Amino acid sequence: MSAAATVSKGTKVAKQNPKRKGSPFERSERRAAWILLIPTLILVAAIAVYPAIRTVWLSLHEMVLTDPTSGYPFIGLKNYSTILHDERALKALIFTAKFTVVTVVLELALGLVAALAMNRAFIGRGVVRAAILVPWAIPTAISAMMWKFIYNDQYGLFNDVLSKLGIIDEYKAWLSTESGSFMALVIADVWKTAPFMALLILAGLQMIDTELYESAKVDGTSAWQRLVYITLPLIKSTVLVALLFRTLDAFRVFDLISVMTDGANGTESMSLYAYRSMMKFLDFGYGSALAVIVFIVVMGIGLGYAKLIGTTDEEK
Amino acid sequence: MFKKLAGNTAFYVFIAVFVVISLLPFVWQGLTSIKTVAEISSIPAQWIPREPHLDFYVNVFTKHPFLRYMFNSLVVAAVTTVLSLLIGASAGYSLGRLRFRGRGPLLIVILGVSMFPPIANLSPLYLFLKNVGLLNTYAGLVIPYITFSLPMAVWLMANFFKQLPKEFEEAAAIDGCGRIETYFRIMLPLVTPGLFSTGLLVFINSWNEYIYALTFMTKKEMMTVPVGISMLPSNYELPWGDMSAATIVVTLPLIALVLIFQRRIISGLTTGGVKG
Repeated sequence: MSAAATVSKGTKVAKQNPKRKGSPFERSERRAAWILLIPTLILVAAIAVYPAIRTVWLSLHEMVLTDPTSGYPFIGLKNYSTILHDERALKALIFTAKFTVVTVVLELALGLVAALAMNRAFIGRGVVRAAILVPWAIPTAISAMMWKFIYNDQYGLFNDVLSKLGIIDEYKAWLSTESGSFMALVIADVWKTAPFMALLILAGLQMIDTELYESAKVDGTSAWQRLVYITLPLIKSTVLVALLFRTLDAFRVFDLISVMTDGANGTESMSLYAYRSMMKFLDFGYGSALAVIVFIVVMGIGLGYAKLIGTTDEEK
Repeated sequence: MFKKLAGNTAFYVFIAVFVVISLLPFVWQGLTSIKTVAEISSIPAQWIPREPHLDFYVNVFTKHPFLRYMFNSLVVAAVTTVLSLLIGASAGYSLGRLRFRGRGPLLIVILGVSMFPPIANLSPLYLFLKNVGLLNTYAGLVIPYITFSLPMAVWLMANFFKQLPKEFEEAAAIDGCGRIETYFRIMLPLVTPGLFSTGLLVFINSWNEYIYALTFMTKKEMMTVPVGISMLPSNYELPWGDMSAATIVVTLPLIALVLIFQRRIISGLTTGGVKG
């Protein structure tokens, strides 16, 4: 059941009880529900929602911490109009979008193939599942460090393996060119998260009733037809939810880039630029404005997927 | 028969490649950590160390404060996990099982908050922690961690509670057990496996967090593991040996956790993502 389906269910419940009060039984249920919720609601409002609103408020101010004499005046949307003319921000936005699309597409393709392969009983399946959880569990900052070493121009494993396989003639400094850095970041990200995708999709595959395949086989369908007409439609909402998580994560990318390239060679993401504006240049107003843009894009992506997931559920 | 054999071989080759690629970077670190400096910098690469030694592992604890980093990470991740479960489980029960007006929208809000990009809260949290003097304290990192771990715990617990059969509460109500009492005495013990899965995910997430730790813990003795590792390279040297050994030391506990609790972790991941 998706989040959207939960909403429609919630409103149905509300319609069944048009009167606010209901039976004593329902009233006690309502009261208990709120009592159990209150601590969470207060905390979430105080330390997550309020700061987010405050970021928006800060973004409307001129606030450079090294210049407290300015009095941090309210300047309206000036930070945002500066962003429009800031080539660095535009470059970061384009890079982040490109990184998001490329990694998510690759992760989906690889995750889907791996999940389809693992969706059968075979010797060592438990071991395989555990093995592919390892990249997911290692902190991104640490895997970024590992990959940085692997891409090293002289001692790295990447050059060694590629030259032994005859793919490259001479060692390359992967992290010193724009295309090399982009590819290196994409590989490191896909390595870490494709397994996560595979596990989520695998769980979706395992919920499909095997009888569907049996009867389709009796009808003389090909394996390809069964994949396209049975498997894919049935895992569509699972895949969409997994894609949602991955897209949001990819767009706010920070750890991987900060550790591996530190934004060099055109690999500065929006989060990294916002972070630097605040913590390096101490420009909290401008940095907050950049952060708000990340926030708006992330929420937009979320709403877009929610709509897609909603329509998928209605088709069922 | 031949076709089936060929298909099977292809299948196992594919699976083997998948596993090797998943583990190779980590294995490479392990090999590097016991090589000599000369072997690390040999071209072409020397895969198998000829004179394995543990000097880099000694460095991890003597030249760098990794024991301290691990202790810091453990304290912050454990406190975050316990608090998120204590507070979030009851909200998860409420949102997962009780009927009241506004339940659907609230679930969406919780899910939405769990997806906030951390950068969106960075500036106000930094100013707040600075003003109240909580930078470089455990509390100063636990509070920001609650911002993402509490909504995550609520969302996962709501889904775990939904999976329990309905009869338990009916039976409890017939016995005259109050709602809140039912939650604490009957439902919470029943959902223990879900609590455990949720706890593991929250713990791993907090242990791995980077941007808040980097921003709010600037003193060396307060740094967490991911930040500590990322600070190892200096302008003058890249201590690959120390870095590899440190990587192994700090990831082995995580890998052990993953291997032991594989099922619980996967159940947590798929409950939030698939049946959600």
